[in-house]
Amino acid sequence: MADSQEALPTGAEVLIRCFEEQGVEHIFGLSGGAAIPVFDALVDSSIELILTRHEQGATHMADGYARATGKPGIVLVTSGPGATNTVTGLLTALMDSAPMIVLTGQTLCENLGYDAFQEADVTGITYPVVKHSYMVRDSADIPRIVKEAFHIATTGRPGPVLIDLPKDITQGPCEAPDRVEMNLPGYTVPGRAAAADLDLAAELIAQSRKPILYVGNGAVIAGAGKAVMELAEKLRAPMVNTLLGKGAADETHPLHLGMLGMHGTAYANKAVDGCDLIMAIGARWDDRITGDVKAFCPTATKIHIDVDPSEFNKIMPMDATLCGDAKLVIEDLLERVSPLDTEEWLWQCNEWRERYPLKYPKKGGLRAQHVLDRLDALTAGNSIVTSDVGQHQMWAAQFCRTREGRRWITSGGAGTMGFGFPAAIGAKMARPNEEVWAVVGDGGFQMTLCELSTAAVHGVAAKVLVINNNFLGMVRQWQELFFENRLSGVDLEGNPDFVKLAEAYGVKGIRIRRPGDVDRKLQEARDHDGPVVVVAEVVKEDNVFPMIPAGAPLSHMIIEPPKERLEKPSGST
Amino acid sequence: MAAPDLALKDTTEASPLHTISVFVADRPGVLVRVALVFARRGYNIESLVVSPAAEGGFSRMTITSSGDPETLGQIIQQLGKLVDVIKAVDHTGDSAYEAEIALIKIECDLDQRTEILQVAEHYGAKVVDYASESLMLRVFGASEKLDACVALLRPYGIVELVRSGKILMARGQKRT
Repeated sequence: MADSQEALPTGAEVLIRCFEEQGVEHIFGLSGGAAIPVFDALVDSSIELILTRHEQGATHMADGYARATGKPGIVLVTSGPGATNTVTGLLTALMDSAPMIVLTGQTLCENLGYDAFQEADVTGITYPVVKHSYMVRDSADIPRIVKEAFHIATTGRPGPVLIDLPKDITQGPCEAPDRVEMNLPGYTVPGRAAAADLDLAAELIAQSRKPILYVGNGAVIAGAGKAVMELAEKLRAPMVNTLLGKGAADETHPLHLGMLGMHGTAYANKAVDGCDLIMAIGARWDDRITGDVKAFCPTATKIHIDVDPSEFNKIMPMDATLCGDAKLVIEDLLERVSPLDTEEWLWQCNEWRERYPLKYPKKGGLRAQHVLDRLDALTAGNSIVTSDVGQHQMWAAQFCRTREGRRWITSGGAGTMGFGFPAAIGAKMARPNEEVWAVVGDGGFQMTLCELSTAAVHGVAAKVLVINNNFLGMVRQWQELFFENRLSGVDLEGNPDFVKLAEAYGVKGIRIRRPGDVDRKLQEARDHDGPVVVVAEVVKEDNVFPMIPAGAPLSHMIIEPPKERLEKPSGST
Repeated sequence: MAAPDLALKDTTEASPLHTISVFVADRPGVLVRVALVFARRGYNIESLVVSPAAEGGFSRMTITSSGDPETLGQIIQQLGKLVDVIKAVDHTGDSAYEAEIALIKIECDLDQRTEILQVAEHYGAKVVDYASESLMLRVFGASEKLDACVALLRPYGIVELVRSGKILMARGQKRT
């Protein structure tokens, strides 16, 4: 028996072999005692380990990698604090339906529950932030669990899966079965919508004269962009997209009105407010979109396409629901619909577009909007843009028009500051031939900028654009507009010199101070072969408009900077 | 039977109870995952029974919970989303057989025993422990019947009450 056991691979070796078989090329991680057997198995593997400086960074890199490709990003960390540092990344991925597999080391099985060194009840801590999770108690289960984890993470509504790996499981011999079958009796993946639901939706659409397609992340995930544009063209219906739906359909398409919602374009929101039919395609009627739910398109017919039926009727009642893969559902719908008489409606939408364009002051110093507008012009939509969370995110969403899916990567649902930069590293690793820009604020950047080391060491040529206003700008904006400008907890005075900081990490730093320098300096960054940090020293107290105060109806949209003090918003954050 | 029925209505009209049957794969953590769906929406689980199903490797959970039907509908959708949940159904209003069992301990002196035993007899309760200072009754049936029985026995001094929680099975060809 002893002889045969010596010949067996370890659990960790079987684990890594399973990941190789799944086509994994990169793992993002940070080592630690309980995970040493797995790191050891990586030494002889074709998989490249990207050693990060913090576990949170590893999760966002994997997330960026996943969103840029649709393939799951893989994270490997140790037990206890290593594992708990992934919680923010798990939430971020779950909220935005990003496929991710997180491997956490764990103490020995016999020590579980004994408060062993670096022990944490990781499956317990992470239940609410995973799509599914496992703790491996028998190493023979490893191949099945890995196979199931990939399936669960990537299919249906994608999401993060966590596998907790006690050290004796990864270190000990593993007798893996030759044939591996998944055992997921409770898990089904919706494909095509029911014919009756499609017929009902087509019937409702046929009655519309003022339709609008409201396109979300589900359309990006399903690769439904082409089908969505075909549907818009066939119906002659305008499109809007959510923050995460950016790029599903080309934002420069003549029928596209850009982003809707709290900081969407005025014309997108006016069109949504005035439509007689709104069809959500992989979007979930989130509070950034609907504001005051009771006042949101109260008379419009509502249709919802989603792969996750638990989203149906969650926020408001629907007239028709189509459960399935967005691409397949729209393809089936295309066969059932005819062009609509929308001439007057399209004229109206275009009139709004001309009357309420996105704009910003051209005078009074360097503006974030100007820098982002120029970045969009210089890259012509051929880059991948990631963002952090806050004012710069909204400006980037407004001005960096996205032409195709998986070229805009941002933390929408969770609103995780510190996401943008590591996500850009992940995206660049996944698609090394693409130009990748991380648009970040000075607040969020400081949460994960230790990953400058990771970028420098691995030569990941992601480009960082720091919109530096020395404030936590979005909260400052709220305090200015709704809290009598009583600034509290927003002043980032004492920020480091980001150019010098970049240089300290061996990364090129470029500073932009004057509007006239924007094009030249951005081009310099584009031409640089390697990671680069561009610091735009923008005006300190600029605000994002248009803005719909949280919880307010679309009709309360603020398009121009207001002259008088505003009521405190009723909605959350 | 009229009086107990009335007593029952008084308690249920305030917060209508729903009975949800959840068919799950018998995997570690499945109970926590199910409980968290209720907890996140602030829903109180009134009773919960977990037992092995007829098929090996599966369990049946019968959960009673109070609350508005829309939110509960959402909770059921979210239960269905859990990887280990095969099926979650709200059986409220369905044609189903329901049962529960209760053990009731009453400390009583000899003069009260006759009355208590009369109540017990009415509800088909069996005396399962007959001690000098106390009686233990076992009563079984619909949860409403148990509610009524407990209400009638309360004045005699119930010192302990253990209820199994409701179990339920759809009648006829229908599956639970």
